[in-house]
Parts: sequence; C-alpha cells; structure tokens
Amino acid sequence: MSILILADHHDGHLSGATAHVVAAAQQIGGGDIDLLVAGQDVQGVAEQAAKLDGVARVRVADHAAYAHQLAEPLADLLVRLADGYSHVLASSSTTGKNVLPRLAALKDVAAISDILDVVSTDTFKRPIYAGNAIATVQSADPLKVLTVRSTAFDAISESGNASIEMVDVAVDNSLSSFVDEQLEQSERPELGAARVVISGGRGMGNGENFKLLDGIADKLGAAIGASRAAVDAGFVPNDMQVGQTGKIVAPELYIAVGISGAIQHLAGMKDSKVIVAINKDEEAPIFQVADYGLVGDLFQILPELEQKL
Amino acid sequence: MKVLVAVKRVIDYNVKIRVKADHSDVDLTNVKMAMNPFCEIAVEEAVRLKEKGVATEIVAVTVGPKAAQEQLRTALALGADRAIHVATDERVESLAVAKLLKQVVDVEQPQLVILGKQAIDTDNNQTGQMLAALTGWGQGTFASKVDVQEGTVNVTREIDGGLQTVALKLPAVVTTDLRLNEPRYAKLPDIMKAKKKPLETKTPEELGVDIASKVTQLQVETPAERKGGIKVGSVDELVDKLKNEAKVIS
Repeated sequence: MSILILADHHDGHLSGATAHVVAAAQQIGGGDIDLLVAGQDVQGVAEQAAKLDGVARVRVADHAAYAHQLAEPLADLLVRLADGYSHVLASSSTTGKNVLPRLAALKDVAAISDILDVVSTDTFKRPIYAGNAIATVQSADPLKVLTVRSTAFDAISESGNASIEMVDVAVDNSLSSFVDEQLEQSERPELGAARVVISGGRGMGNGENFKLLDGIADKLGAAIGASRAAVDAGFVPNDMQVGQTGKIVAPELYIAVGISGAIQHLAGMKDSKVIVAINKDEEAPIFQVADYGLVGDLFQILPELEQKL
Repeated sequence: MKVLVAVKRVIDYNVKIRVKADHSDVDLTNVKMAMNPFCEIAVEEAVRLKEKGVATEIVAVTVGPKAAQEQLRTALALGADRAIHVATDERVESLAVAKLLKQVVDVEQPQLVILGKQAIDTDNNQTGQMLAALTGWGQGTFASKVDVQEGTVNVTREIDGGLQTVALKLPAVVTTDLRLNEPRYAKLPDIMKAKKKPLETKTPEELGVDIASKVTQLQVETPAERKGGIKVGSVDELVDKLKNEAKVIS
C-alpha cells in the first residue's frame, strides 16, 4: 500500500498543484508517498519536488520521450511503475486528465476524476453535473487511479528532504509527436493558485476593455480570469476561462465583473471564500452566490475601484 | 476515410438539476434531455471533414437506453450516414463505454474516432483516453483544431498554459473542446431524411462486453448552499466591507 503521484511541471518549474495532491495522498494514507517527475532535463523540478513534506521518494524519468508530457509515453511509463502501488494520483490539470484515464484503461481499472474529499482509502467525493451535486463513490479495483481537484485540498509545506532516484525506463512512442506550443506569457500569479481572481465576462464589451482589470489585479496581486462568453467572443485567450470546461478556482476573493453567472461559470468558482459581483443587471444569477454585489456600470465602477484600493 | 463519432444523451445543459430525496442519484424523470454539447461539436467536426472530402463515411454510435436513439437521429440529421445503438438501461461507466466502443471500432475499422472531451452529467473526461488506450492508438484530447494529413492528424490541444499541437499517426482518437467549432442546427428536411437512415441496435452481450463496474455510487448530495449575500451601494462601501468585514484585502 503506497501511493504514486504524477508531478505536474512546466518549463522547469514544479506546478503549485502538486503540493495539494500530496495533501490528498496524505489523507488517503496507508504507506509511502512517491512522486514521479517525468520529462526531459527535469533535475531542477525533481529538487523542488524533494522539498515537499510527506514525500518519501522522488522518482525521476528523464528522457526525450517524456518531453512535452505526451499521454502515450507517460501512460506507458506509469503502467510499468504502477505495480506495488495501491493508488496513482495526479492533479486535475490538462496533463492529469489526459494521462490518467489512459493508464487506468491499460490497467483495466476505473478512473475517478476530480476528487474533492477523501472518505477512506477506497471512497471519495467528487462533483457531478457541473458541481451541482456531489457523488460519493467507492472503488473495488485493486489500483485506484484518481485525479485531484487541487483547490479542495490545502497545500503541504516545503521543508522536506526526500530522496531522489532515477527511473531507467525508456518507452517507444511511435503514436504521437510534439509539433509546437503557444503559451500565454504572464507576470501575474497562476489562475488556479491565485489568492485573488478578478474575472471579466461578456459585459466587458471587448478585449481592449480587459485592461480595466489590470490595475486592480496589480494592486491586489490577482490573476485575471474570464467567463466562457468572453472567451468565445474572442476578448481573451481560452486558458483564462473559469468554469466547468475551463479552470476550477477557489481563491479567497473572486471578483466577477460583467458576468451573468451561468451554471457552467459557477461550477468553476463557487467554492471561492468571498465572491464579489459587479453587474448592471440586478437580476443576474451571479448575485445569488455573491457575498457582496454592486449593481452598476462596470466602466464607471472599475476605475473608481482601482483608485480606491 | 471512415469517421466514428460517439454521442451521449444527457440532461439539457440549461436545466437546474434536483437530487433525489433518497440521495441515490440525480432525478432524471420528466427532465429535458439532449445531446451532450461536446458530442455536438464532435458530430459537427466529422461533418466538416466530410464536406472537405476528407471523410467518406460518418458512423454515429451511442451507448444508452432506447430513448438515446433520439440523439442518434439528431446526429443523422446533422450529416452522419448511419448509426449504431448499443442498448442498455444499466448505468455504464466510462471504462465500460470505452470497451463497448472498442468492439464497434474493431468491426467498423474507422481511421478517426471523435468524442466530446467530457459529458456534462458525470464530468468524467475519461472515455476518449480510455478508448485510445484499448485500441493502442494515439490520442488528441481537448482539441481546438483538427488537421488531417496523409497518414497523420495534427491536433491543436487546449492545455493549461495555452495551446499545444501534436501529430498523431492514424488511426487515432480525438476529443473535442468547445472552441473546435460551432455546431449547426438540423434543418427540417434533414430531420425527415434522417428517419430513413440506417440505425442498427446491438447489446453489450452481443459485443461480448461485461459492463459491470467496480465503482459503486454510494450517495449523491446537494453541495452546501452559499448563504445569500448583500448588495452594497457604492465602491466605497464595497472596499470597506472587503477590508473590515470579509478581511480579504488590506
């Protein structure tokens, strides 16, 4: 009985989500927690991972086949390593969601997505219907393959000193190859991990107006998000989307500007500690979940808010 | 080439769901059902591939109760050529759906299988990845662009930091993200024509798949309600509340 976690990383940095997944693994308990860092030139990531409390070993698979985190080689690697573990976990990032179901099928076991809570070693809570219901599910499979909603677990601290060991498993991948990637560059905190998030919706009118959020985000150290309507209208890129089909956030403060509050958006933010809604339509459903609502024209409110912060 | 599209019948995305009084599941009696939005995008993509001359035949498939034939007829009205209904009234988890689809793939031998990235009821986001594993094919998940070349398909994927493009050897599995396309509406004459298109029914037993799951749903509950908030009258009042009452800004 021990647990293997697929670490999330990008550009030589361990993703913040991994510390939350380790917390979920500690709640499952039962044995050692190992972290797998798979990629190319990931020694730095392995060193960051070794600092996470509660991690017994960091296992490092450093090979060109694992660069860019493609699902086919990563799942093959995990299949080879999974024996001896009772659970394999990853965060519900796009990598975790891409790789773990493939692993589960190769091991002929179910995958359980996006767990919110650990009831016992085999029983977990997870959201269904865009977070409008919470299901408690129990798995009788010998291997539990789980993705973890990182915002539902507090991050563990970083004072550990786990051992680092190399995993010498190279896999062939003739199925897929990396072509290119276009990443959004931002100085702001990562949306999924930010303490404050300010999001704009269709009410922003156009992409240019999203600049009205910049000054407020700077003052609050906030990440900037968007509703699906704003993304679909082409105002902002899709990796800013908060919702059932985008990112799930649970910051201390979420400020929704010009967002009506459709079910799919609420699924992504309604576990925020404090929600503020700024909208000119006082009937907008967002006001039903907002702790503080301000009815009015965002083009007047936003500059005033920036000035008064 | 032949394209297989998997579709699912789910509760309409606008419906506010109710949990059953005994907490066994969500109440689906007398609730409006529809094709899963991500599946609509999958059908649309297949139809566009056919209009471009890339796809020669589109086969739509679903796993579910008899009523799910409505969603297959919708797929046929949108441009699929024929449909396969794997009929069962049981609750079928993603792994079993993937195993059933694998059997259909073995018979139909498509070059491309397109699925939605997730169903909006179970929110699993698993079936496409599992089918790719079982077939031993490459997977292009969360696709926002699909470009079929000779022997390969380039898939642009929505990932956390932006976009990533991968090249997959055909045959392959693709799952759709919302921005892949905007699905069309079925026109009345096409809906009438769809009634005459072939629809074949099979059962899990005929396909030789045991759909029993090792995962049991013990309970379904309503999430904790957020308590109603207040409306403030001015920006000053808002800033004051955030500082002194909620204490989330300093």
